[in-house]
Amino acid sequence: MAKIIVVTSGKGGVGKTTSSAAIGTGLALAGHKTVIVDFDIGLRNLDLIMGCERRVVYDFVNVINGEANLKQTLIKDKRTDNLFILPASQTRDKDALTREGVEKVLNELAKDFDFIICDSPAGIESGAMMALYFADEAVVVTNPEVSSVRDSDRILGMLSSKSRRAEQGLEGIKEHLLLTRYNPERVEKGEMLSVEDVKEILAIELVGVIPESQAVLNASNSGQPVILDKDSDAGQAYLDTIKRLLGEQVPFRFLNVEKKGFIKRIFGG
Amino acid sequence: MSLLDYFRSSKKNTASTAKERLQIIVAHERKRRNGPDYLPQLERDILEVIRKYVDIPADQIAVSLEQRGDQISVLELNVTFPDDKR
Ligand SMILES: Nc1ncnc2c1ncn2[C@@H]1O[C@H](COP(=O)(O)OP(=O)(O)OP(=O)(O)O)[C@@H](O)[C@H]1O
Ligand SMILES: [Mg+2]
Repeated sequence: MAKIIVVTSGKGGVGKTTSSAAIGTGLALAGHKTVIVDFDIGLRNLDLIMGCERRVVYDFVNVINGEANLKQTLIKDKRTDNLFILPASQTRDKDALTREGVEKVLNELAKDFDFIICDSPAGIESGAMMALYFADEAVVVTNPEVSSVRDSDRILGMLSSKSRRAEQGLEGIKEHLLLTRYNPERVEKGEMLSVEDVKEILAIELVGVIPESQAVLNASNSGQPVILDKDSDAGQAYLDTIKRLLGEQVPFRFLNVEKKGFIKRIFGG
Repeated sequence: MSLLDYFRSSKKNTASTAKERLQIIVAHERKRRNGPDYLPQLERDILEVIRKYVDIPADQIAVSLEQRGDQISVLELNVTFPDDKR
């Protein structure tokens, strides 16, 4: 049985697409056949982050409308085995995704894949609702900042009331908190909410903390998910996150200010 | 407390302000979510009635419906009157 994981947040620009790319790639690296589905209709960007923008022929909406089949539409990742991307459509028609259509595509994907990662658009409109409706698990991407935390809580409300699992009275969606763009220096100065603060307010299990990192921009510039940059802090933090998603206990890293050694202080780095 | 700590703490710690504000608003919105849809309108109606007699600010009223066991729910109405309006 395929597991459907939605990457969601409510607030825009907090790191959903960055995280979807990293999580999908990480699961594939761990040997699980994985597809990342871009639900951001009209604002396709997952293709750029994954570096496959020039290989898009058909898209999600084409498949729903029967204009192409999945085999023609799925893009096989060139770097990572077991990994596929289903690009969003660039149509301006907000209602291009129907629940029946999405269900049909997800059911077909479920026959073939271990994990289906749904990269949600921002907001709480139909696109975001469609992305979370069929989920078994949710990664709630949150920045340590008031509006992001509040919106995450609203999304938690949606997950527990507006999803298929809620409507059919099944076991609830498993919720994971992924704190991104974390800056330990600012937390230490009392300028930024700490991991503990956000955990206490949202009261869900913490699956990862991704530091604010230059590596993320470098990765998106070159169209490589940051998790492949194994020397970077963000890449390692995402690798830890994957292990936790798969049920391993891993200590959290990058939570404290790195004390620079004598050499580093002189020569930088 | 060292002198350094003194200067540090005299600067306002905005993270703790953020945390307090979030705890209040999130608790409020969660209650709202779990209550019936008519609750916000009920709250506005009650506010209007009270304002016929006493002018209170909108954030000084809270209405919530709390489940007590299987059989009953209790409608809780919390209104704070400003000191000079009693
Ligand atoms: N850990 C990080 N460190 C630094 N920058 C980051 C980090 N995570 C994300 N960003 C940057 O934040 C911006 C938004 O990221 P991303 O596109 O993943 O967010 P999103 O939630 O998918 O946005 P949208 O809501 O528009 O879909 C990008 O410029 C990205 O490079
Ligand atoms: Mg996005």
